[in-house]
Amino acid sequence: MKKTVFWGVLTVAGLAAGAAAAGTMDDVKARGKLNCGVSTGLVGFSAPDANGEWGGFDVAVCRAVAAAVLGDPSAVEFVPTTGKTRFTALASGEIDVLARNTTWTFSRDVDLKFEFVGVNYYDGQGFMVPKSLGVSSAKELDGATVCIQTGTTTELNLADFFRANNISYEPVPIETNAEAQQQYLAGACDVYTTDASGLAATRATFENPGDHVILPEIISKEPLGPLVRHGDSEWGDVVRWTLNALIAAEEYGITSANIEELSKGTNNPEINRMLGTEGTLGEMLGLDKEWAKRAISAGGNYGEIFAKTIGENTPVGLARGLNAQWTDGGLMYSPPFR
Amino acid sequence: MTTITDPPKQQFRLSMLIYDTRYRSATIQVVALIAFMLLAAWLIDNTARNMMLLGKTINFGFFGEPASYDINQRLLDYTSRDTHLRAALIGLLNTLVVAILGCATATAVGVLVGVLRLSHNWLIARLMTIYVEMFRNVPVLLWIVFIMAIMIETLPAPSAFRGDNATASMLLGDTVALTNRGIYIPEALFSRSLGDIHFFGASSLRFDVSLDLIAFLIVLGAGLWASHRIKRRADRMQEETGNRPTTWYLRVGVVLVPVVILLVALGFHLGYPELKGFNFSGGTHLRNSLIALWLALSLYTAAFIAEIVRAGILAISNGQTEAAAALGLRPGRVMRLVILPQALRVIVPPLISQYLNLTKNSSLAIAVGYMDITGTLGGITMNQTGKELECVLLLMLIYLIISLSISGVMNWYNESVKLKER
Repeated sequence: MKKTVFWGVLTVAGLAAGAAAAGTMDDVKARGKLNCGVSTGLVGFSAPDANGEWGGFDVAVCRAVAAAVLGDPSAVEFVPTTGKTRFTALASGEIDVLARNTTWTFSRDVDLKFEFVGVNYYDGQGFMVPKSLGVSSAKELDGATVCIQTGTTTELNLADFFRANNISYEPVPIETNAEAQQQYLAGACDVYTTDASGLAATRATFENPGDHVILPEIISKEPLGPLVRHGDSEWGDVVRWTLNALIAAEEYGITSANIEELSKGTNNPEINRMLGTEGTLGEMLGLDKEWAKRAISAGGNYGEIFAKTIGENTPVGLARGLNAQWTDGGLMYSPPFR
Repeated sequence: MTTITDPPKQQFRLSMLIYDTRYRSATIQVVALIAFMLLAAWLIDNTARNMMLLGKTINFGFFGEPASYDINQRLLDYTSRDTHLRAALIGLLNTLVVAILGCATATAVGVLVGVLRLSHNWLIARLMTIYVEMFRNVPVLLWIVFIMAIMIETLPAPSAFRGDNATASMLLGDTVALTNRGIYIPEALFSRSLGDIHFFGASSLRFDVSLDLIAFLIVLGAGLWASHRIKRRADRMQEETGNRPTTWYLRVGVVLVPVVILLVALGFHLGYPELKGFNFSGGTHLRNSLIALWLALSLYTAAFIAEIVRAGILAISNGQTEAAAALGLRPGRVMRLVILPQALRVIVPPLISQYLNLTKNSSLAIAVGYMDITGTLGGITMNQTGKELECVLLLMLIYLIISLSISGVMNWYNESVKLKER
């Protein structure tokens, strides 16, 4: 019995690892579909709408990559993952890219053998409490019960924050955002903590969002970005430069409205190189000339995607803040297309 | 006269390995074994090669690293600075707690329901049938989530206990609080405590044993032993003289009096839960995750145990009941002294499987955020360190050891109740 189980595990591990070893780009092209890991439902970032169609800020990255590689932004198979299952799903080859508001950390990059291709949202961990508690600072949370998604960096930040401030708390580990919401709204926990963007997104779905406040403390740096498996640099390059194309497109004023116009040729060589009217950037990536054009057409440039999914005119209502272009004092900065 | 000669000695030919029934089974076994070993070798090789491709090595060094996460229910002291090994240990204890509580409750409920289902009372028997069918035919995960959801949604939050116009109040003279974060009950405290003994210094496996508890157990054990001696003496006197001396006050006395004296000497008092800040403090906090998991696992497994008990009782011939009744035993005693001891022989072996099932099902704990070994070692630790293979292999080994231990103990018990043939 013991042996059977042991070999069973090795089989699974062996098969999973076997799947991971081949070239991801060829796999995706052969399959005709991009397998993209997303969250189990976080409004604004990745959530299915009433028709079961996935949409959101992270989903837009998946769609752009699918458009660049396969020419069809809808050729994506969305795989919902929890904080716990996402890395196993990526490492085992079940998904090609993970776009699930995942924090770029040293150990995930180096030790877990993943490759973060960039940052699509600069975030930080915050706390949400009901207004009725009368709390105005996270340091007043001594003895509070805190709902926390397990398997996340926020879990570690939380432990560090309370330890550093020498206050006690009771963690309630939870698998998904939906469960956390249920427990928080029922008062089974006083506080819900996750990335500030996630808090805003969650609060947007509440019946009375005004009854809840997000505390001013941001206790961590959470650069969120898409990631791929380590060791397949070609595929990593494709995802990285697709993301960069979206960011650069906003910087150069390429929008889904004027992209057809601009792709006929402009005076700006950088735009020409990006959109394929000049140079061979697409071929260097192993794609065709118009890859970036398709990626940008899929959902618009970075700014358009932001405004459509999580911007100030959406229920989530996030300001650009750190995520503005570098030219506007933010951190969004794409390396040159040259 | 004919002589029977030995058949000519056949020379061994290779084809005999297949066609000769003397060798065939050995041949098949050897071939199967080789095939199995080849498959295993291929799997190990494939795993090792792919791990190498990913740049991962099998390494248990992460156990010494700080875990960096907190665990809410901990039977031993633990902070986020402790190692992953200690976090795994805390998780293991949580698994054992829910397994032991679950097995005990499931047995009690299961035996009761199993017996009641055979009741001649139509209503009771049908109610028990409904219970068994409801719990047996719905996945245990749903029961766990369901009980948790009921607790969260229906019980009041601690804030409802606060203020002058509180909507909820504590029960049993302000000693027990039912909240949607769990149940707070009084705890035992000693004002003149004997202290603890510490084991393993400051290592990851350190633990303390309360001397108060040891003293309590010793005094209780001695009392029970003395009580047993008194019973034996009474038995002897009854056999010799036919009169049984009244000893119940003596037997109760030798157990209770020393215990009470000890508790008074140690300054025993109860610590009551009290609403402080966000939560109740003081008292013992039975978290809703523990209660949901414990209740769901017990009730679910009890439904199976009830069927096993019913089968065991039905396996005993009706003649036994009638014979016992003819001797003048009352129905309760017939069940307790005649039927159940015999039924145990049928009940115990399948009961072992149910205990194993319950223990393994406790790994569903993460559904309600109960931090068992699967939640710590197989959950957060695995997630933070990325050592999937190591964690899963270790996890399987641990469950294997727990299961084999349960089987061992129960097999020993089975030996003791099974029919003694002389």
